[in-house]
Amino acid sequence: MASVIDMISFALLAAGGFCVFVGGVGVLRLPDLYTRMHAASITDTAGPLLVLAGLALQAGWSLALFKLAVILVFLAVTAPTAAYALGNAALVSGYRPAVVSDESGATDSEGEGHA
Amino acid sequence: MAILAYFNYWVFAVLLVIGLYAVIAKTNLVKQLIGLSIFQGAVFLLYISMNKVEGGTAPIFLNGNTERIFSNPLPQVLILTAIVVGIATTALGLAVVVRIREEYGSVEEDDIKAQDVGS
Amino acid sequence: MTLIFGVFLLILLVIVALAIVRSEDLFAAVMLSGIFSLLMAVNFFLLDAADVALTEAAVGAGVATVLFLGALALTGKEEARHTVSPGGRWLALGVSFATASLLFYASLENPHIGDGSAPVHQHVAPWYLANTLPLIDIPNVVTAVLGSFRGFDTLGEVFVVFTAGIGVMSILGVRHSLVELSGAELDARQRSLRHHLIPRIVGRGMVPLIMLFALYVQFHGEYSPGGGFQAGAIAAAAIILYSLLEGDDRGRELLPEWLLRLMVAGGALLYGGVGLACVLLGGNFLDYSVLATVPSAGQHLGLLLIELGVGITVTGVLISVFHAFARRASR
Repeated sequence: MASVIDMISFALLAAGGFCVFVGGVGVLRLPDLYTRMHAASITDTAGPLLVLAGLALQAGWSLALFKLAVILVFLAVTAPTAAYALGNAALVSGYRPAVVSDESGATDSEGEGHA
Repeated sequence: MAILAYFNYWVFAVLLVIGLYAVIAKTNLVKQLIGLSIFQGAVFLLYISMNKVEGGTAPIFLNGNTERIFSNPLPQVLILTAIVVGIATTALGLAVVVRIREEYGSVEEDDIKAQDVGS
Repeated sequence: MTLIFGVFLLILLVIVALAIVRSEDLFAAVMLSGIFSLLMAVNFFLLDAADVALTEAAVGAGVATVLFLGALALTGKEEARHTVSPGGRWLALGVSFATASLLFYASLENPHIGDGSAPVHQHVAPWYLANTLPLIDIPNVVTAVLGSFRGFDTLGEVFVVFTAGIGVMSILGVRHSLVELSGAELDARQRSLRHHLIPRIVGRGMVPLIMLFALYVQFHGEYSPGGGFQAGAIAAAAIILYSLLEGDDRGRELLPEWLLRLMVAGGALLYGGVGLACVLLGGNFLDYSVLATVPSAGQHLGLLLIELGVGITVTGVLISVFHAFARRASR
């Protein structure tokens, strides 16, 4: 039983790590701030969720579980707020998305090459 | 593993000289203060690296357990207070920089020196 | 495994430090130094220094970043392109390289990291570990050493923080720009996040929770990582967050200047007063055993009071410093 829980928790931790890795690659590869924020968002949604779930399985019913739950709630509340603040600040200070479709329907093909 | 036995000390040395370089080579006073705080962080790292004991844990007797190996509490105490003192003195430095900016209109070291020589 | 993680974090630390020095945008440099502090805190935690990690996270990543940003608002956020002359630069590189080589050479003589038989671990530390429970009867050795065994040292540190706070206030002027308050108020209103609904609502929800955590850290510091320095930094971060969200003037209404000044002086006075009380009750300065009939109960009482004094002073100084910068900016 314990080993099954261990296996599940390791799988969750690995999946969480993968999500964070994907987010990191996305931040490096994507063309502009907004798409990068989009990629980075996985590092504060799916990533911590999976990692904390894995840790919670390791912790069992204890005070640590409660602390992990509190951390999760804090992340769930603060991460979108920070993302909003960042996006808003970028827009206000004049950053525009890199890929713009000027004519309706015709998407900018240069944007894909750029990415 | 033998190489890693000194790794913290090397990172300390590298961080220290990065901070030192910023203090010597940068003319912007705010940048110099940031460099000084890197320098400071390096010293903290040196002390905390020394407090580690292999297989030890934080020096807190959880549930009255005194049998485990504990890391050294003394460097932790010294650095704990040093961090707060560090931010207080950094704030003092920043205040001086703000006043310099108001008097000279610049926070670049060479501009300030040029004004002092000119007057 | 922990070792690999530690090496990874240390390398990241060096990379971030290099990025800070290379970046010409001071705003980015300040943000990176926040990341630097956070990485440093994780490193401290891996090296078994939970108390220090807590302090570094609260002070370095929280308060220091806000103070630097406050100063940048007053000094301009672009570093001028010109650095010192090429000769000076080579000189700086040479000095840095020589220092690094010396330190590398010296490090080879040091005991290995984690070597339990290193000289550091032989002298007073075993005594502290052995005598904390019999003499002071609290589980957290760091708090015991900080507050009681080396209480005199900590008193000095508190007065350094106090002095630095006084210094900032007298340099930047507490009463500066009182005449232009109406204009300053208007400016502060635009500067705050008051018209940004989402950060404001979420932030207002966070402030009481951070405050609660600060109180937990303050009064549970004898049993778990924590104490006055950490709690003071966290409480100051909560109030600074409130001031950022609602505008500096609202923050000052919450904790008026006279109260802050009282906190700055009162905390340090409380610490010193406890020491004097010990002398008056027939003990040595800061020897809390005489404060109650049972020595360990006296130690508990003394630690509680001096940690409270430390917390109050640190909170007061950090908030006053923040206000000094913020008020200067809204002039």
